[in-house]
Amino acid sequence: MSLIDLSHEFDSSVLSRVLAKGRSTGAGFSEVFIEDKRSMGASLDDGLVEQVSSGRDSGAGIRVINGETTGFAYTADLSEAGLLAAAGAAAAAASTGDGGTHTVSLGSAKRHPVNTVRIAPQSVPKARKVELLMIANDAARGIDSSIVQVSAGYSDATRRILIANSDGVFATDEQVRTIFRVSAVANGDAGMQTGYDSLGHTIGFELFEEENINELAERAARQAVTKLRARPAPSGALQVVIKCGSGGVLFHEACGHGLEADLVARGASVYANRVGDQVASPLVTLVDDGTMSREWGAIGIDDEGHESQRNVLIEDGVLTDYMWDHIRANKEGRAPSGNGRRQSYEHLPMVRMTNTFVLNGSDEPDDIVRATEYGVYVAKLGGGQVNTASGDFVFGMTEAYLIENGQITEPLRESNLIGNGPQVLADIDMLGNDFAMGNPGMCGKDGQGVPVGDGQPTLRVKSLTIGGTAA
Amino acid sequence: MSRHTVDDLQAIADAIVAMAEPGEQIEANVARSRETDIRVYNGDLEHFVSAQSQGISVRVIKDGRTGSSHAGTLDEVAWREVLAEARENATLGSVDEWAGLAEPDGVAIVEQELWDDTLDAFDTAKKIEIAKELERAAVGADPRVRIDDSNYSDGATEEAFATTMGIRSSGRSNSCYASVSVMADDDGETQTGWAYALGKNPAEFDLGKAGIEAANKATGLLGAVKPPSKRTTVVLDPMVTAQFLGIIGSTLNGESVVKGRSLFANRLGEAVASPLITLVDDPTDSRAYTASEIDSEGLAARRNVLIKDGVLQMFVHSSYSARRAGTKSTGNAVGGGVGCLALQLTPGTKTQAELIADIEEGVLIQSVQGLHSGVNPISGDFSTGASGVMIRNGKVAEPIREFTIASTLQRMLLDVLAIGNDVDWLPMRAAGVSMVIADVTMSGA
Repeated sequence: MSLIDLSHEFDSSVLSRVLAKGRSTGAGFSEVFIEDKRSMGASLDDGLVEQVSSGRDSGAGIRVINGETTGFAYTADLSEAGLLAAAGAAAAAASTGDGGTHTVSLGSAKRHPVNTVRIAPQSVPKARKVELLMIANDAARGIDSSIVQVSAGYSDATRRILIANSDGVFATDEQVRTIFRVSAVANGDAGMQTGYDSLGHTIGFELFEEENINELAERAARQAVTKLRARPAPSGALQVVIKCGSGGVLFHEACGHGLEADLVARGASVYANRVGDQVASPLVTLVDDGTMSREWGAIGIDDEGHESQRNVLIEDGVLTDYMWDHIRANKEGRAPSGNGRRQSYEHLPMVRMTNTFVLNGSDEPDDIVRATEYGVYVAKLGGGQVNTASGDFVFGMTEAYLIENGQITEPLRESNLIGNGPQVLADIDMLGNDFAMGNPGMCGKDGQGVPVGDGQPTLRVKSLTIGGTAA
Repeated sequence: MSRHTVDDLQAIADAIVAMAEPGEQIEANVARSRETDIRVYNGDLEHFVSAQSQGISVRVIKDGRTGSSHAGTLDEVAWREVLAEARENATLGSVDEWAGLAEPDGVAIVEQELWDDTLDAFDTAKKIEIAKELERAAVGADPRVRIDDSNYSDGATEEAFATTMGIRSSGRSNSCYASVSVMADDDGETQTGWAYALGKNPAEFDLGKAGIEAANKATGLLGAVKPPSKRTTVVLDPMVTAQFLGIIGSTLNGESVVKGRSLFANRLGEAVASPLITLVDDPTDSRAYTASEIDSEGLAARRNVLIKDGVLQMFVHSSYSARRAGTKSTGNAVGGGVGCLALQLTPGTKTQAELIADIEEGVLIQSVQGLHSGVNPISGDFSTGASGVMIRNGKVAEPIREFTIASTLQRMLLDVLAIGNDVDWLPMRAAGVSMVIADVTMSGA
């Protein structure tokens, strides 16, 4: 099976007719989003490659915007009749009466060339992908006899999208993602502990020429083994140092979501009406950058057909801009920022992050630890969650250590950290010069997941609440 | 699913299974669904999604190797391609001596009413009105409250299933809900609340109650402070207990046990919880939101007592994990793995207010944040963000937020002091009920 070449398969006269049908009940805007996605995955557990799976998902979502109302319908039927039926349903959903006839001439949008794929995943025999799992299994188990269980997963996806809309946008992109995950369980006197690591980029199978699966598996296993001697995490507010490349999720939760224009427009963000204000420590410059080559949130175009961009959101602590999609940008009479994304053709686009990160400061990472009398050093953060309206957020630490007298000492058991976004941004008092991107992430919002990246240099927050059990 | 023959889908599933070659096991799942999703904002229809989708998924097992594939269309070209892919994938995995589909075990299906004709015929314009009415109910409940969004959703699925082991079934199900989320503002501070209305069809929705509940949650948190760190007794609201039970259920998963990932492996017959705890997974209880007739391998869903009076009785199994453990499937295949379907705790006799009246100092936990990041069901570490209300001298006092509660799953089960009588059949895989747990660490200022 091969992927459809979308720009050849759908000629502009068909798309124009579908867009016109979308506006037939009076809507000012219509859009066709066509997606053809192939995916392949294999998983290993308990020493066995348990399942090899593959899938194909293709279809179209038709969006019609009429004043404040959006009508949306999707279909897996990509024939002209199928597209017209969906457009009719979307138009009816957003109906205000007869809109007459509309003609559209489709231009061609720019696409940021981020995804240079050397070895297309489909060109690689599946058996080679499966072999990687056994390599990871052996490497993780080789670390220590306390490793009692290992699981590993490989998956790749190639997603071709086409967007045409009644403003004349016509754009296509091919987005390739390849990811590998390892988790390990170690068993000791005080019970079991877990370790996890992953590797993912918007490239093809060359990922495994450039990166070492053995090292990834060993890191996951070592994390589990180290935690066997972990003591309960402290309880209460402490200084927290977050290692470079492990804590971008802090910014994703502490302010990223709050800078999404849809939440801002609803007054559901603590950062609403704050452009130009000092919202963070002057050390902080925060960027969302969909053009960042190879990174997990990189896209050539967003899912509304707009070229991806590098957007500075906070500069030297001052809020400079929000992230935008078509609807919100249109309302404000400004250009979108390349942040209109959706999980699949079955979903409406919303404002979403891409790769979100904090630029380097000037501190040496070792000095940051040395300057910390008593606190927590977080080497790996897990997921997080934020309430954008109140600014309260949590995130988990999956690998952390105590800092005593400026030295990293004992490993700590897992716990959540909790903070308030604006407060934490103001409380960043040291920022390293060792910027690194973190693990590939999946960001959920309103029931939709999209791939995102994050990154930061080593930094210190002067007070965060650690949710452990030790006094 | 309600027993209802979906002939065209069953024909596809049967046709796929009929292609099996000697020594080959095939399982085919064919589904068609449609959904409506409506969002209202400030009295206007913000979006209306109306869509249909379908899908085929096929699993092939041959010589101990498993392969699977799926596609989003039902035509013959698509399903033949899916079968070919699954077969190819089944040449690539490891040989697993326990791999195999479920064999029919003779357990009778307990029929459930999973289809509602009133919902199926419900007028579209009225669905939009429901979302608007819910918005008005929430915003009208308190002058400090404004809307975030108000939603109506429904969905209907028809599904057919067939395997080479002779299991065949088809059915249909539909469901609907309305939900609202609001913000409350006071003195530069904003807090949020949400609630939903459930019913077999929209006529059963109590929109007024849901609107007030959402508003109360948001206004109740206004002025909340960050509490000091200390060890304390917590009362979990029914929703929080249901989330907690979901995690406990995952530790009683037979696949985790055979793979050495369960906290409770080797503890059958031992007291793992307070004697107050009797935990049952019962998808045959029609009151459960996730009541079901069959598991994902097509075996009858059934009642399983997991913990009785604090003593661990059993683990839940699919046919695969059961084969490995030397036992029988408990009808708990979920997706490609194993899971609980509809958990419930045996309730106590007191209302939540009565439970609180017994507590000198403690915290009522009304919501938790970050269960996915702060709870590790393998190590047992439990740490979650929370908000709620302080309890002093048997009464609720000031609201608190931006703190965590922490313990371990093992200790929390043993530290249960009381269970309420306020069972709430929530739209989750566990029913809620108030529960009191001692000696939890609260971390705040």
